[in-house]
Amino acid sequence: MSAIFEVERLKKSFGGLDVTKDVSLSMARGDRLALIGPNGAGKTTFVNLVTGHLQPSSGRVLMDGEDISRFNPMRRVRAGLVRSFQVTRLFSEMTPEEHVALAILQREGKSGRMAENFHAMPQVMREMRGILETLNLGALATVPVGEIAYGQQRLLEIALAMALRPKVLLLDEPAAGVPHSDTFLIENALAQLPDDLAVLMIEHDMDLVFRFAKRVVVLAAGEIIFDGSPRDVTEDARVREAYLGSYAHAGSAA
Amino acid sequence: MSATDISTSAAPAVHTGRPWQRDLIGIAVILLAAIGGYFLFPDNLALLTRIIAIMLLVLSLDLVTGYCGVATLGHAALFGAGAYAAGIAAVTFGITEPLSMIGIGAIAGAVAGLVSGVVILRGHGLAQLVLSIAVIHLFHEAANKASTYTGGSDGLSGIAPDPLFGLFEFDLWGRTAYAFGIVLLVLVFVLLRILVRSPFGMLCRGIRQDPIRVSAMGASVKASLIKMYVISGAVAGIGGALNAVSTQVVGLDSLSFTNSAEALVMLVLGGAGSLYGAFVGTIVFMWFEHVVSAANPFHWLTIVGALLITVVLFAPKGLYGTAANLAKRFARSRP
Ligand SMILES: Nc1ncnc2c1ncn2[C@@H]1O[C@H](COP(=O)(O)OP(=O)(O)O)[C@@H](O)[C@H]1O
Ligand SMILES: [Mg+2]
Repeated sequence: MSAIFEVERLKKSFGGLDVTKDVSLSMARGDRLALIGPNGAGKTTFVNLVTGHLQPSSGRVLMDGEDISRFNPMRRVRAGLVRSFQVTRLFSEMTPEEHVALAILQREGKSGRMAENFHAMPQVMREMRGILETLNLGALATVPVGEIAYGQQRLLEIALAMALRPKVLLLDEPAAGVPHSDTFLIENALAQLPDDLAVLMIEHDMDLVFRFAKRVVVLAAGEIIFDGSPRDVTEDARVREAYLGSYAHAGSAA
Repeated sequence: MSATDISTSAAPAVHTGRPWQRDLIGIAVILLAAIGGYFLFPDNLALLTRIIAIMLLVLSLDLVTGYCGVATLGHAALFGAGAYAAGIAAVTFGITEPLSMIGIGAIAGAVAGLVSGVVILRGHGLAQLVLSIAVIHLFHEAANKASTYTGGSDGLSGIAPDPLFGLFEFDLWGRTAYAFGIVLLVLVFVLLRILVRSPFGMLCRGIRQDPIRVSAMGASVKASLIKMYVISGAVAGIGGALNAVSTQVVGLDSLSFTNSAEALVMLVLGGAGSLYGAFVGTIVFMWFEHVVSAANPFHWLTIVGALLITVVLFAPKGLYGTAANLAKRFARSRP
């Protein structure tokens, strides 16, 4: 199967510190990939590099065979590459309703319209409500985001990504900050994503990783040290060593 | 994080189930105030009309500063461009039909908005502010040098607009100009309320609050800001043209740094990001200026300083923003 998303020999250093060392990765349509690794391994940096929020020292990023390495973040999104942020980035004075509607309108090329109102667009309203219900945010739809709990803001991050209907979705620790009792909402949302969407999820909660991922990639000190099935990852000697380097107990936490 | 610090003082949008109701009330209040002004201050209609023109400038500033988070001390460039364009159209080209003069002012303001937007938006934060100051000085100097058309430092006089619709002379008491101004203001206000609630308006509010999130949604921050600058220019240009039509002169002060800075003060005073704050701030500032500076010009500056410090320290959302917040809290505390 041909790759929808390819990263070739990506490198990045911050003032002499090599944070991304020659990382190559490709994903096919429908992939469910978990990217794990100790803190500081360079996972977020990887996402920032491929989405254009940081400039790599070298390397290429391709979407559906097209080189998007020179695209700015906006054009990469338009090419179908969407990310969520590890630390929530939302509009604190706007409501969940407005956030999701704006994402839908943007996807449909209607965000520049000046004389309309999304409340009067039945299709946008229906889709927006559906997405908010999926993430159990319906009751908070009209509360400014600055006034809702952080865990719920995390869910809204995912709602935005869903509303953009990407081809490749990169989720940076979507469950971080979400109360454990609510992670099922994230799993529900992930389960509703289209089958042909390629999803890469950075996650520390290994239960979530094992339920979600068909494939696990381990990044340690800027290098991919494992790429294989969830079953094999805990048995892998290099992975154990990488985690033992930063944690006393391998396997139990990531 | 938002791009500027000024933006943090923006008033939060008030979330009501029926937003149109609030706007209808808003329009009713404007009309009542307009009628009240007419009967209470019949000898001051010229001042009231000038307040309306400056309101258009402050509304226009609210679009880029309050909604988009762009810090600028050069916004009078857009106002002055409209004023001079309308004045030059009348004096040099004989276009003295008032609606055409307003239209020409709007177009010139939009062009000035495009030019200054392209320059100012190259910078961020402090650099943006400095670029905006450079822009207003360049506009000022250009108008000063082009004295053949603008009259230079003597100002452009001899603007003699035709009667409005061929019926209403611009009279000595300024009644026609005042009514004309009110109608323009209400029209602009209605259009801007539609604009700020539209998808584009939401996008701009998003840009002020987190431009990186906006680009991560696939929207263009720069293109949206430039668009808003052009719209803002048209609004300020209408204000400038109204001033030219009503006073029948255009002076270099309309293109000045002082005019720009005062507009920003009025916006901060009233509260940015709601359009309503622009009204409140302009009226309070200009009315105080009129009353106090007539008595003692020195006191005027003292009072402006004291007023600003009080508002910035104790009511950072401005007079309107603070009042709206209090009203909201009051409404919530009731069962
Ligand atoms: N903008 C930056 N400037 C300098 N160093 C950075 C920057 N961003 C990340 N780093 C460093 O790069 C390394 C990887 O960070 P990050 O990608 O956030 O790791 P992870 O997401 O895997 O926890 C860390 O050592 C971090 O300190
Ligand atoms: Mg990270």
